[in-house]
Amino acid sequence: MTSATEVRRPAPRVPRAGRQRRVVDRGAWFLVLPALIPILVLSVGPLLYGILLAFTDAQSGRTQSTRWIGGLNFLDLLHDTLFWESFRIGLVWAVGVTVPQFLLALGLALLLNQDLRLRWLARALAIVPWAMPEVVVGVMWRLVYNPDAGILNETLRDLGLGDGRDWLSGLATALPAVIVVGIWAGMPTTTVALLAGLQNTPRELHEAAAMDGAGAWRRFRTVTWPALKPVALSITALNLIWNFNSFALVYVLTSGGPGGRTRLPMLFAYEEAFRYGQFGYAAAMGCVMVALISVLLALILVGRLRGGDRA
Amino acid sequence: MRTSTAGRTGQYAALLAYLVFLAFPFLWLISTAFKPPRELGSLHPTWIPEDPTLANFRQAFDEQPLLRAASNSLIAALGAALIAVLVATPMAYVMARHRSRLAKGATGWVVVSQAFPLVLVIIPLFLVLKNLRLINSVPGLVMVYVVWALPFALWMLVGYVRAVPAELEEAAAVDGAGKGRTLVSVTAPLLAPGIVATGLFAFVTAWNEFFFALVLLKTPEKQTLPVVLTHFIGAEGVADLGPLAAAAFLATLPSLVVFAVIQRRITGGMLAGAVKS
Repeated sequence: MTSATEVRRPAPRVPRAGRQRRVVDRGAWFLVLPALIPILVLSVGPLLYGILLAFTDAQSGRTQSTRWIGGLNFLDLLHDTLFWESFRIGLVWAVGVTVPQFLLALGLALLLNQDLRLRWLARALAIVPWAMPEVVVGVMWRLVYNPDAGILNETLRDLGLGDGRDWLSGLATALPAVIVVGIWAGMPTTTVALLAGLQNTPRELHEAAAMDGAGAWRRFRTVTWPALKPVALSITALNLIWNFNSFALVYVLTSGGPGGRTRLPMLFAYEEAFRYGQFGYAAAMGCVMVALISVLLALILVGRLRGGDRA
Repeated sequence: MRTSTAGRTGQYAALLAYLVFLAFPFLWLISTAFKPPRELGSLHPTWIPEDPTLANFRQAFDEQPLLRAASNSLIAALGAALIAVLVATPMAYVMARHRSRLAKGATGWVVVSQAFPLVLVIIPLFLVLKNLRLINSVPGLVMVYVVWALPFALWMLVGYVRAVPAELEEAAAVDGAGKGRTLVSVTAPLLAPGIVATGLFAFVTAWNEFFFALVLLKTPEKQTLPVVLTHFIGAEGVADLGPLAAAAFLATLPSLVVFAVIQRRITGGMLAGAVKS
């Protein structure tokens, strides 16, 4: 991912003769098998099976055998306005969480990289959301957002900013409210990743730039950012995917309500599969989600990389 | 490099803002957990309970089978962590030490597995586990958790293996130790802290997991803590706040303790994993 590092210890790879190598490889298979079998049976297999299911009319609890129906599920999906609305909400949510999260986490990582007092406390606290079950995070923020007993409305009242509102059931406020929770919940992973990236930026270069009279912003742009960029790109891409596919937080906060305003694609597909038993149709949704997200990500990454080269 | 006093003040102010943002929801959860019903119904809630009580905890245990759920969670998390580490360590070793197609394929899977929405995996898993009569069973869930924890476990472990100099192993080989012997008495002890950290991380991941548990466990006596927690929230989204907060607080404690222990190593592991040669 990145080349400059001070923690890495060089691990030279000794070139081996062809014959010895084959022996090593047989031993390697033996070491790998215990992990490989579960991966194949419970991850790769189900994934392929899932893709196949998308082309069938599989339903839960049906006695008739499942039939191939070709692309019918996808054709239906094309006209399913509810799904596309949910897809749109998923994109708004994913981008709405990922972008502010990145900026906030970058700020925090830069601060934590400084020699500040209380840094240990901030470092410990920054990881707390990561340690919590997502369900608890959802529960916690329900308590914060609670219209009567919640701290948010109480604070607003204290500040004289009106009576507050029922954040999670308001049509206009529900999505922004859950997005804030999403940002909070994902801060640790992003911060830790960026911090790791920051610690790989060459310190001498920084000092040299400072000597030459470069201001903080300029130092950041010319020294820190180029070194941080690979990590930043990877974590942003991962965050986009993770957020787009997230489920538990919103399930606990709003269950997709009010009126479907926070119904993320995963919630939609979950209901389709396990409430209405439409396995084939839900699998098709999964396929469409993967396909479109891959395309979008590819476009973003290619665009970013190109833009970076020009700069 | 020196930062001006104004700059320093600004930095501390920003750090304080972050601390408040990150900490306040959790403090509010704790506060709510110890409040008596009268204060929870009050229109002017306070940060510190005026009349702290443990009644919410008692009520939480009365309302839902929390102990049962906690023991299910414990079995699932411990089982998943132990098995995941057991199968991931040898594979991570191969991935770190040998440049083979196998290692490349495994790395590819680690990345791809992150991209797929769980719906696509859960429906087939549900069908497969149903055929194996492993639906609504904690062992079935353990199997799923093992595979689910593997990508990150592999990623962390590969980093730790790379940090063990290959020269050490070569030196042992020169001294006449066989491959197995080298692994057991040279590599394993050096890897041990990393293996423990990875196991604890897998434990937390499984302890916190919700989606698979929601789909795969149907009856209340089989369900794990996160699923049981959602039962405190009624059909109309109306929740009994006190017991809910108390139960949520308790459910978080194990993860927090484990995370406090491995905090440093997580950061280190991500560092090691993020920095590839």
